[in-house]
Amino acid sequence: MTTSVVIVDDHAMFRAGVRAELLGQPGAPVDIVGEAEDVTSAVAAIRASRPEVVLLDVHLPGGGGVEVMRQVGPSDTRFLALSVSDSAEDVIGTIRGGARGYVTKTITGPELVDAIRRVAEGDAVFSPRLAGFVLDAFAGSIEVAAVDEDLDRLTEREREVMRLIARGYSYKEVAKELFISVKTVETHMSAVLRKLQLSSRHELTRWASDRRLL
Amino acid sequence: MTATASRAEEPHTGEREVRRATRSTDDAYVAGVAAGLARHLGVPVLWVRLGFVLTAVLGGIGIAFYAGLWMVLPSDDSFSDEAPGLAGATRAGKRPGIQRRFTDLGPMIAVGSLGLGIVLMVETAFGRGALFWPVVIGIGGVALIWRQADEAQRERWLDTTQRLDPFRALVGNGGWAAWTRLVVGGLLILIALGVFAWTSGAGSIAGEVVVAGLFGIAGLALTAGPWVFRLASDLADERSERVRSQERADMAAHLHDSVLQTLALIQKNAGDATTVARLARSQERDLRSWLFAEQSTEGESLAAALRRVAVEVEDAHHVTVETVTVGDAPLEQGLNPVVQAVREALVNAAKHAGTDRVDVYAEVAPTAVEVFVKDRGRGFDLEGIADDRHGVRGSIIDRMERHGGSAEVRTSPGAGTEVVLRMQRTPHKEEER
Repeated sequence: MTTSVVIVDDHAMFRAGVRAELLGQPGAPVDIVGEAEDVTSAVAAIRASRPEVVLLDVHLPGGGGVEVMRQVGPSDTRFLALSVSDSAEDVIGTIRGGARGYVTKTITGPELVDAIRRVAEGDAVFSPRLAGFVLDAFAGSIEVAAVDEDLDRLTEREREVMRLIARGYSYKEVAKELFISVKTVETHMSAVLRKLQLSSRHELTRWASDRRLL
Repeated sequence: MTATASRAEEPHTGEREVRRATRSTDDAYVAGVAAGLARHLGVPVLWVRLGFVLTAVLGGIGIAFYAGLWMVLPSDDSFSDEAPGLAGATRAGKRPGIQRRFTDLGPMIAVGSLGLGIVLMVETAFGRGALFWPVVIGIGGVALIWRQADEAQRERWLDTTQRLDPFRALVGNGGWAAWTRLVVGGLLILIALGVFAWTSGAGSIAGEVVVAGLFGIAGLALTAGPWVFRLASDLADERSERVRSQERADMAAHLHDSVLQTLALIQKNAGDATTVARLARSQERDLRSWLFAEQSTEGESLAAALRRVAVEVEDAHHVTVETVTVGDAPLEQGLNPVVQAVREALVNAAKHAGTDRVDVYAEVAPTAVEVFVKDRGRGFDLEGIADDRHGVRGSIIDRMERHGGSAEVRTSPGAGTEVVLRMQRTPHKEEER
């Protein structure tokens, strides 16, 4: 199945590199239907071509990747954040802005194709680094009165899955390690993503509050 | 409390910093005085807020105290000391900026109705004096204008590129919210004056008092205005020049130290593809960490030490080491064996696994440290390694056990290798606070 993709990044050289890498993958898994270099052109390109997945740079002229997601609004298009910055604040902010995953720009071609496919299917994509940020954000105690059980804590199982991802396990390896199916792993990941996006935990809000990402 | 918990996890470096109280901007109802004070004193913020409200009701001391603190406490929002890459991205508008939504409305309504309740309560309890309403309205007006001063200050901090002038110092970047606050605040103060004049004397005097007040303000502005204006613009010039020259100096120094040296080395080794790749890789990592990451490899914490080890192995053995840490701890004596064992595990993976990528994951809990070193290489038969090979047994397993920890090697041919290191932590006295 071919996934339609729009690449949004302000460096033309990087867009060309990703395009070449994606189109060079065996079996033509990805069809690149558009490119954009800033928030305005990204919103226009996404509205025009209605891609399944947008590869979205975190830092983008015009207010960053978050602004693109805000302006596009609710739609069937899914966003995968791609960044050279490992700043926890930006990564968490982009996830809270609606991205379904985060990978660094050093990711290999096949891994990127795999991540695009997962995002297109509605799953979440966690790199080891993002899993580390998540564990950090949900670590520590929280005032008992302020806890929303559903959102502010990871279940023991979700924590195990996140730790394995942070240790560099693939989804398949996580499933094997915990004696569960890959589908169940994906369910846990989506649950964590939802908590990350909706939780009002102080640690999450503190990262985001300075820039009013919320 | 979350704040104290995370502070305990921070590595202890050098002498204690002097703790200064600041106004909190992320937990503010009015100006963040109560939240900042609570954080400074280490008491729940609700107590402080109740204290202010109670003392405000009983004679108004709370209001005066609050106003005083508002004036003298600095805001915790200040010139950002972000990594240069992030700061640059912010200046270029590539990161999300301030977006005022109506998120402020809830607390404002709450504070407003609470204030009105207090006012009515005091009025019914003590009766209405001549001064009562003018004072209440005047306080509201002053608070609004001060609030605007805070907003303008925050905008100045976010934007160091433009010149500062007195107009911007007052209004910030404009917008209806800023103007509304200023105009309504000014009107409230005028109304307060008017009401005072009207209730205390004849109505005709009220108009004269307001007009006289306006004339006074205009006179003051005329005489002191030019002086204030020049002072402000001098200050702005000086500040922006200083910022610019510092940035230029930092950038030049860094480029010279790192990028230029690497380029020179690459030219010398142009024929040797491996060396060029290694130089490029290490320079990329260096530049990236300088630009973006707050994660330094300096300082004496476990996470920094692990990152340092990862960098060394990357440089020496041409592999990519992805390091993820959750939590951190000061690098006390007991944790050194862990770092050395990690180095050994990394070197083993780099030399024997036949893969170009190794993942390191470290998790620091209050009582124990766990580190995982994983590769997807060829793996090996653990029973099959000869006793005289010291790598795994001597440097990893024995070392960890000697120091009261444990190590486990999970591997089989073809399935990669994962080394799991565990070490108990001796709780620090300071951290038990």
